[in-house]
Amino acid sequence: MQAKLWYAQRISAMVLGLCVSIHLVIIFYAIRGGLTAEEILGRTQGNIAFAVFYEIFVLACFVHAPIGLANILEETFSKGFISKALSSLLAVLILILGTTAVIGVYTGGTL
Amino acid sequence: MLDMEFNIKYLFISKKIIFDLFFTIYRYNQAMSNSDLKVKVWRGAQEGEFVEYLVPRNPNQTVLDVVTFIQRKLDPTLSYRFACRVGMCGSCAMTVNGVARWTCRTHVSQIVEGDSLEIAPLNNLPVIKDLATDMREFFDKWKGAVGFFKGDKTRHDDFARVEPQSPERQLANAGIECIGCGVCYSSCEVVQSRPNYLGPAALNRAWTLTNDVRDVQQLDRLRAVAGDEGCHACHTQGSCTERCPKKLEPTASISGLKKLVARAAVRGSKWGKL
Repeated sequence: MQAKLWYAQRISAMVLGLCVSIHLVIIFYAIRGGLTAEEILGRTQGNIAFAVFYEIFVLACFVHAPIGLANILEETFSKGFISKALSSLLAVLILILGTTAVIGVYTGGTL
Repeated sequence: MLDMEFNIKYLFISKKIIFDLFFTIYRYNQAMSNSDLKVKVWRGAQEGEFVEYLVPRNPNQTVLDVVTFIQRKLDPTLSYRFACRVGMCGSCAMTVNGVARWTCRTHVSQIVEGDSLEIAPLNNLPVIKDLATDMREFFDKWKGAVGFFKGDKTRHDDFARVEPQSPERQLANAGIECIGCGVCYSSCEVVQSRPNYLGPAALNRAWTLTNDVRDVQQLDRLRAVAGDEGCHACHTQGSCTERCPKKLEPTASISGLKKLVARAAVRGSKWGKL
């Protein structure tokens, strides 16, 4: 199990590395002339490529972060219910909040 | 008869000369001089304290020379472990000025801070007495990581032919010179925080054996190093690699194991799936 989790975290780290780079490049590109909500939504609203990209980003975080948190909790405290519960909670929060945000910028806040 | 008497007298005189000479040197050593080293040595077992000794400074003096001087001239009750004195056996490792090292291959001049040395037993191992630690746990973990060879050939079979340039042989070569001194184990912060962790030496040995094409217990070994106490617990901090007196890279061996084990768990390996 430990080996499979490590594998999942490694693969998701590769995806995250790529996603973070693209995300940063877009940010640098986008803030050249200031930044407004309309500008962001104008770019992302109805743009399926943006939605797919950010959902992949969310899924990679969903895999990566909870495994890391569980490792830290297990090493700092002990292996057991608390580390599993907290990392599962983080996983669910990332998935729900992240996907909500992706849907939000895709639809422009009106479903 | 006269001859014998003369001999006895001569013996007495020469003994006296030797005694006087020795005593004078001894007295000289005892006196505080500019060239004396202030050496703090751990005395006791798990509970204990540092005791300070004054040891004369010599050119090319090793830390092991200092410890030996203390035991032979100042306090014969001091316990420590050594054998070869030339960096072959790996038994004289201690914590000197906070860092685990071979005492026989460490010159005082390389590490002395002002005129002080602090000599303690290896970290992460139970102390038996003074500078001698109980290494059982360390070697049990080698066994735990299936860090021993098992083949399927007998003396009646032909030699196994391993191409020296083959990738497996090259990978095994990189880590094979380990002599089990425990410096890496004692320097590892993961061992410190997670006492069940197999540690760099055992995992390095496991890695060299996974690259031994003659060995027949590969899946058992992968299973042994795959658990919570195995290779994936390594934080890749690299203290083992930095401190290894043989300049081996246990960190690289462990990352080799990480990849191999993870792949075997997800996609399977040439020996089967985990």
